Amino acid sequence: MSDPITVSLFHRMNFRDEENLLDRTVQGVISTPMDRPEGPLKVSGTATYADEDHPPGTVYGWLVRATITKGWVVGLNSRALRRMPGVLAVIRDERMIRNPAQGGDAKSPYQGPAEVFYKGQPIALVVAETFEQARDAATAAQAEYLDRSHKAVIVPAEAEYETPRGEQSSQGDLDRAMQEAAFSVDVEYTTPSMSHASMEPHAAVAWWQDGRLTVRGSYQMLNTNAQELADALGVSPKKVRILSQYVGGGFGSKLGISHEAVGAAIAAQKLGRPVAVALHRRQVFETTHRRSESRQRVRLACDAEGRMTAVGHEVWVSNLPGESFSEPVTQSTPFTWAGENRLIGHHIGRLNLNGAGSMRAPGEAIGVPVTEAAMDELAEAAGIDPVEFRLRNIPEVDPSSGKPFSNNRLAECIRRGAEKFGWADRPKQPGSRREGEWLIGMGMSAIIRVNMMGPSTARVTLNPDGTALVETDMTDIGTGSYSILTQIAAEMLGLPPEKVTTMLGDSDLPPSIGSGGSRGAASSGTSVMLAAKALRKKIAERMDCDPDDLTLKDGTAIAGNRQRSLSDLLAGDTLEGTGTIKPGLAEMHHRQASWGAEFCEVAVSSVTGEVHVRRLSGVFAAGRILNAKTARSQCLGGMIFGIGQALHEKVETDARDGNFVNRDLAEYHVPANLDVPHIDIELLMDDRDAYANPMRAKGIGELATCGTAAAIVSAIANATGHRFRHFPVTLDKVLEKLG
Amino acid sequence: MRPFDYTRAHAPADAVGAEARIIAGGTNLLDLMKLQVETPDRLIDINHVGLDRVERDGDGLRIGALVRNSDLAADPAVREGWPLLSKAILAGASAQIRNRATTGGNLMQRTRCYYFYDIDAPCNKREPGSGCGAIGGNNRQHAILGASDHCIATYPGDMAVAMSALDAVIEVEGPAGKREIRAADFHRLPGDTPQRDNELQSGEMILSVRLPAPLGGRQIYRKVRDRRSYAFALVSVAAVVVMEAGRMATARLAFGGVAHKPWRVPAAESLLTGQPPSPELFDRAADAVLAGARGQGHNDFKIPLLRRTLGAVLAEATQESK
Ligand SMILES: Cc1cc2nc3c(=O)[nH]c(=O)nc-3n(C[C@H](O)[C@H](O)[C@H](O)COP(=O)(O)OP(=O)(O)OC[C@H]3O[C@@H](n4cnc5c(N)ncnc54)[C@H](O)[C@@H]3O)c2cc1C
Ligand code: SF4
Repeated sequence: MSDPITVSLFHRMNFRDEENLLDRTVQGVISTPMDRPEGPLKVSGTATYADEDHPPGTVYGWLVRATITKGWVVGLNSRALRRMPGVLAVIRDERMIRNPAQGGDAKSPYQGPAEVFYKGQPIALVVAETFEQARDAATAAQAEYLDRSHKAVIVPAEAEYETPRGEQSSQGDLDRAMQEAAFSVDVEYTTPSMSHASMEPHAAVAWWQDGRLTVRGSYQMLNTNAQELADALGVSPKKVRILSQYVGGGFGSKLGISHEAVGAAIAAQKLGRPVAVALHRRQVFETTHRRSESRQRVRLACDAEGRMTAVGHEVWVSNLPGESFSEPVTQSTPFTWAGENRLIGHHIGRLNLNGAGSMRAPGEAIGVPVTEAAMDELAEAAGIDPVEFRLRNIPEVDPSSGKPFSNNRLAECIRRGAEKFGWADRPKQPGSRREGEWLIGMGMSAIIRVNMMGPSTARVTLNPDGTALVETDMTDIGTGSYSILTQIAAEMLGLPPEKVTTMLGDSDLPPSIGSGGSRGAASSGTSVMLAAKALRKKIAERMDCDPDDLTLKDGTAIAGNRQRSLSDLLAGDTLEGTGTIKPGLAEMHHRQASWGAEFCEVAVSSVTGEVHVRRLSGVFAAGRILNAKTARSQCLGGMIFGIGQALHEKVETDARDGNFVNRDLAEYHVPANLDVPHIDIELLMDDRDAYANPMRAKGIGELATCGTAAAIVSAIANATGHRFRHFPVTLDKVLEKLG
Repeated sequence: MRPFDYTRAHAPADAVGAEARIIAGGTNLLDLMKLQVETPDRLIDINHVGLDRVERDGDGLRIGALVRNSDLAADPAVREGWPLLSKAILAGASAQIRNRATTGGNLMQRTRCYYFYDIDAPCNKREPGSGCGAIGGNNRQHAILGASDHCIATYPGDMAVAMSALDAVIEVEGPAGKREIRAADFHRLPGDTPQRDNELQSGEMILSVRLPAPLGGRQIYRKVRDRRSYAFALVSVAAVVVMEAGRMATARLAFGGVAHKPWRVPAAESLLTGQPPSPELFDRAADAVLAGARGQGHNDFKIPLLRRTLGAVLAEATQESK
């Protein structure tokens, strides 16, 4: 076979997209609710996740946990452990990491197993012939410590807070605006530490061959993950390959490499055998990142007509000493609501708890529920319906920077959502509607998540038989990457989706931004689009027409009244297109965000304080929807996430020693099926954002969770007449107010 | 997990008196073994000994120790005559776990106290004399009644709460022969020996549970919890009330999630018996139930919660049918 003919296309997103190509292609697969190509493998159990496929000769590692909260490990009963059945090695290596890498770090996190910063921190790895032997030996590990636990800081109230200068901002005079306002609220909310609780626990299987490391693992951002792992091990990134073909959920917990990857790689190097290290659920909870708890002070004010004059949002979050990540709680506060007087404050405290990192929609996921709940309080204070109050306060341009919005469909989402939900039927008087012992209320929230993009490259190969192959190191963490990338290539090349194969999850493939920050679809999708666009140009050449006059459909190229099948046109050649997208000026000149509105009805038991969500409905605008089914699923998941945040989820920390006590899925509560009512979702299918990318699509994976909890607590306030400002709203808190 | 020997029993006699730990559905024991909270050297598997039927026993029923929770809850005779039991079982765990879990294993399930599950934490139940992590720690789940300075754990199950209210009897066999224990007396208070959950002696095995004749009346199991399914009870109330001429001819109550055992208070039941229902009376019954109740900090809310839930359950159980 002859070498492929290669073409490439690079695009930097500096300007508005003028072409809107995907509205002109005719295959008709883009945006459809196409089933996942890998779906049958997943439901039949034949899609192999990280720990489900081991090379011959694999041995097993289990991490040893620190049983102090702060101090140093000065000894370990390694010799005794090595004598236990099957044990091959007890590893304490300077390269082991304290906590996982943060998303996109591209370098190793803090290293060294000697100093202990939090209870449960991995301090050694025991490797044995079998999984059970490794676990038994690791459980028998006894460390000697220089114990400084009494100096540990566990409770946020006792932490010292830093106030990074770059993260504060103000304009106008907030204090004065608050004093002069007709109506104002000055309220404090708290949100607890939470954990991702993905279905698939973290796992890595590592082996070395000819000086090169391969890791089968469960990760979200393979390109930077390979760099992080290489840096941790002290080898060149070229020597590291990561495979994550299927990822059983991540929600941010797999953005960076974690203990299992580093441990397995070191052990495999030392033993010359493949080593598998899987985290037990309890280890996932206590050693991977949590979402930081937060304390948030919100000050809002408006004039007598309900026009907002002030927006203040100050937050206190935490992380381990030295970690740069700091939950960007106020991320969407600067631009969502109008008001001349504004203040943003951000404070970070250092705690001896497992590290804080990104969890689905870092920032807005806990910031929007609080500012939106406060909006509901201000609307009530002003005596204006919360829907009407919001509609009066949508700014024309970003009020903090003066930049125009790339597009802003918030008003439409709110109006449409209110109508569909039947908002007009909301009890006007809080606490006035009752069905037996149940108090009924309704609430709503605006939904906001910033839109982002990251550099991404993809390769699309058009084979002589008219089939196509899409390749990029993008991951599918259950989100639908396989589906949408297949659809984009099929649409662009005029192929039925069955003719397109998508290969993901291999760091040897062209680098993408990976899955995180709702950037994946827009970024890697655009790279696939560009690669295919490069191929279209080549096809147009062969058709002897302008690319603009080329129509591709069902494997046929059409130009004017000429028509030829692709395989005929290729004449035995293979065309290989590479597409690269990079962010540019467009995101600096225009404020980009995805928008939505959610509405909720709750029933609150006046006897027990239990809260049942009875209805939940949302309308969302996220630019072009690439697959109506997977987009809807993302919204469903986001809204269910929000139910958990409002009512259930909380890391229970023992204030005495920082122990994460409810570290299993029986006691760390995420919503069960019965907690989830019918959820109604509408996507604005006509939305397009020309400043986002050439597909005109925006992020949707995290959007729907950014505000759900506000709709729920506002509904509880409407039902009971009481405000609940400390998440999650468990029945004991409700009981206390019901009296 | 520690290495262990495994044998399979083919008849109850193989397991009775065996120096081995019984394993039935394994839904509790295996979890605890993986965490090394339990480290038996030998297991004896009783899944093949029979004892897997629900049978008539005069006016009552005899439930084999190996009857699965799902089967028991769905049994037509149980649903007809002892609906409380069916409701309580269905309020517990998940469908998958209930398919596997057995009647004997459910009675024997261990506490869900966080510190009991954490082998690096002190726990007098797991390791006598090591202290109690929950006192002064995270004790939202813990007992408000009958606790001791050594242990404040709760018995977490639902099925046994209903059995206790229904005056069920547990039939056990040991090396010394067979004996019977009232369900209400089966679980113990922690006292200074919290390592002992119940009255079963070593070498004894649960053979079956006997239900006396149906009580009729209204039977309610109300389980209050942190999510709507797949969570243990914060407070649960099992009630059987038979009304005659506007008065409570029979009133049986048992409470889950509040003590080291299903909580029954005969004094509260006699307060109600023979009386016409009224909120004041329900409140007095709650006073009797809550006599000596003490919160541990995080679980203080269980005291008012029990009172309110009991009031609502009794109101529902005694209201005129519509
Ligand atoms: C996530 C989760 C949630 C749960 N939620 C609930 C809930 O909400 N409500 C609830 O009631 N339960 C709940 N359960 C507990 C569940 O009901 C028990 O795990 C189950 O009933 C145990 O039965 P088994 O047959 O599997 O017991 P096994 O695990 O086999 O055994 C448990 C214990 O019983 C002993 N044993 C078993 N059979 C006999 C016998 N015949 N004689 C003497 N000893 C015996 C064993 O030696 C062992 O000590 C939950 C469990 C899990 C894992
Ligand atoms: S309450 Fe009981 S089970 Fe829990 S830690 Fe204390 S002694 Fe152990």
